[in-house]
Amino acid sequence: MSSVSIRKIRKSFAGLIVLDSVDMEIAPGEFIVILGPSGCGKSTLLNVIAGLDDCDSGQIVIDAVDVSGLEPSQRGLAMVFQSYALFPAMTVRRNLSFGMEVAGTPKATIVQKVDWVAKLLQIEVLLDRKPSQLSGGQRQRVAIGRALVRSSSICLFDEPLSNLDAKLRAETRVELKQLHETLKSTMIYVTHDQIEAMTMADRVAVMHKGRVEQFAPPQSIYEKPASLFVAGFVGSPAMNLLEGSLDGAGRFLVGQRSVSSSTYPFEEPSTAGEAVLGIRCEDIDVVEPGSPDSIPAKLAFTELLGADALGWFDCLGKRMSVRLGVDAARSMRKEVGLRFDIAKASFFSASTERRL
Amino acid sequence: MTQSLPGERSVFGPRAARLGLYAFLFASAAFFLLPLLLVISNSLKPMEEIRQGNLLALPVKPTFDAWLTAWKSACTGLECGGVRPGLWNSIKITVPAVVISTLAGALNGYALAQWKWRHANLIMLLVMVGLFIPYQAMLYPTVKILSSLSLFRTYGGIILVHVVYGLPYTTLLFRNFYVGVPEEISRAARMEGASFLRTFRSVILPLSTNILVVVAILQFTGIWNDYLLGLIFAGNDNLPMTVQLTNIVNNARGSASPNVNMAAAVITAIPTLIVYFLSGRYFVRGIAAGAVKG
Repeated sequence: MSSVSIRKIRKSFAGLIVLDSVDMEIAPGEFIVILGPSGCGKSTLLNVIAGLDDCDSGQIVIDAVDVSGLEPSQRGLAMVFQSYALFPAMTVRRNLSFGMEVAGTPKATIVQKVDWVAKLLQIEVLLDRKPSQLSGGQRQRVAIGRALVRSSSICLFDEPLSNLDAKLRAETRVELKQLHETLKSTMIYVTHDQIEAMTMADRVAVMHKGRVEQFAPPQSIYEKPASLFVAGFVGSPAMNLLEGSLDGAGRFLVGQRSVSSSTYPFEEPSTAGEAVLGIRCEDIDVVEPGSPDSIPAKLAFTELLGADALGWFDCLGKRMSVRLGVDAARSMRKEVGLRFDIAKASFFSASTERRL
Repeated sequence: MTQSLPGERSVFGPRAARLGLYAFLFASAAFFLLPLLLVISNSLKPMEEIRQGNLLALPVKPTFDAWLTAWKSACTGLECGGVRPGLWNSIKITVPAVVISTLAGALNGYALAQWKWRHANLIMLLVMVGLFIPYQAMLYPTVKILSSLSLFRTYGGIILVHVVYGLPYTTLLFRNFYVGVPEEISRAARMEGASFLRTFRSVILPLSTNILVVVAILQFTGIWNDYLLGLIFAGNDNLPMTVQLTNIVNNARGSASPNVNMAAAVITAIPTLIVYFLSGRYFVRGIAAGAVKG
C-alpha cells in the first residue's frame, strides 16, 4: 500500500497540450479509475506515473518521496498493458519470473512467487506455454500475473480489458475488484468504459482535454456531475440537457415554458443567467398532460430493455429519454406531460460549463 | 502462393494451368542453372576435350584432375598452391565479419526503431546514405584512415572494413523488422527493470530468429564473394579465395587451362551454396515474415 500524489503535471507534444496541470491525491489502497474519451490524455498520465514517459513539469510523489526523476523499475510499481505486451519468445513461467531474474532475486523465492501468483489467477496449467499458444483471456491473466508477482504496492492498468469480449470482460472486472480486496494494493486503472469505472472504482477521475474534470466517488460523478462534459460523458443513455435561463427567482425558463428551480441546492443562492438543465432519465415522471409544473411532450418511440424500458419523448424541441416500467412503456399514450425531479437534477452555467 | 483465387478460372481448366505453371518454373530453373551446369561439366573434362572447343558437350571421360589442380597446385601469382590456402582465409574473414555486422546491425536497428528519440530518423537517413555511396568512392579515404590506425592490410583491418561497410545494410533490415514489433513489449521489459541491453538480449533477440538468419545469409554471401575489399585491405597473408581465384584465372604464365579455372570457381562457390541449401527454409520464412504476434 502506497499513496500517490500527482502534482501539477504538464506535458505538451508538438504544440498540443496533452496534460494540463493535473493534480491528484491518491490514498494508500485506493482503487482509482481514470476515465475519459480517447485522446483525453489518460494513458499519457498513466505512462508519466509509471515513468515511461517524461512530463514537462510537475512531480510524482510516492509515499512522500519524489520519484519524478527515477526509472520505472525504481518506483516500485507494476503495469498491465492494453496489448498485454507479453514477451513472445518466453514461456508464461519466464514471463512471470523475468522481472525477478533481472533484479537478482534468489531462485527459491522466484519459484515460490510464481507458484503463488499462478494459483491466485488459476494459470498453473499454462505455465509452460508460449504466449502465442494462449487465448486472449489467458494472455490477459498472465499479464495481470506479471504485474502482481512482485507484490508491488502500486499497480497500473492501461485499458486491460478492452481487447476481451463482453462476457469475459464482465467476469474479469469482478475478479480484478476481488483481487484488489485481497491484495489491498493501490491501483490506478485507465479506461474509456464507464461501466468499469462505475463498478470498480473507489474514486473516478474523469479527464477531458488533458484536465481532470471531476475526481469523486462514482455515485457522485453520476448524480452530481461537476461539469457539462462529465454530465454528457457518464451515464447511458446520456443525461438529458436543456438550454435555458435561470431568472434568479426560483424559475428556469426554456422557450415559452418554465419549471420551478426552487428545490435545487444551488451553491450560490439566487443564481441567474444562461444555464443548462441536466436531468437523468430516471428523474423524470410521466404525468397527465396539463398537470401542474409539467411540460407537454410527445412520445417518439419506446425501447424495451428487458428489466425496464426507455421512452423517447419530443419535449421543448429536444429528444429526451425517460426510464419507464415495461408495462407503462407498452401502454404509453402519445400525448403526455413530463415532470422533472429538480432536486436530483443538475444546473450548469452556459458560459463556464461548471455545475451551479 | 500457387493457390488460385476463387472465381479465377483458366480457359484450359485447372490441370492445363498447373502444367503450364510447372513448365514455366522448370524453364526458369533451367535458365538459371545452365551456367552452373556448364561450369561443372567443363571442369570435369580433361584438356584434350576442352581443346576440341565444344563448350556444350558433356565430358566423355570425366576426371577430377582439374579439381585437384585447382585445389592444390594451380599457380596464384608467384605461389602454386591452388585455392586451398584461400579457403581458410575466407572463413576466418567471413565468420567474424558476419557475426559482428549482424549483431551490431540488430542492436542499431532496435535502437533506431524503438527508442523514441528526436533525431532517430535523421540518423537512419544518414545510415541510408551509406547504402547509396558506392564502395569505390570510399576506398581511398578508407585506406588513409586504416593506415593512420596501422590497420591497413591487416587481419583486423579487413574485418573492420567488412563490418563498417555492412552496417548500413544490416541496420536497415533490422530496423524495418523491429518497427513491426509492438513498442509495449520493450516498455513492459523496462517496467520489469531490464536495461536496454538486457531487453535486447533477453526479449528482443529471441524473437528475431528469422531476420537474423536472413541477414546472416545475405552478409555471408556478400562478404564471401567480395573481391575488391579483400584485394586491397586483407594483406598478402589473408587474401581470400576470391582473390586467389582471380589470380588463377588471370595467370599469365603457361597456357590457359579453362577446366582448372572452372573447377576453382565451383570450389569457391561451394560454401555459399551450402549455406543456402541449409537455411533456405528460414530464408524464405524470414523474407515473408511480417510483424511478431504475441
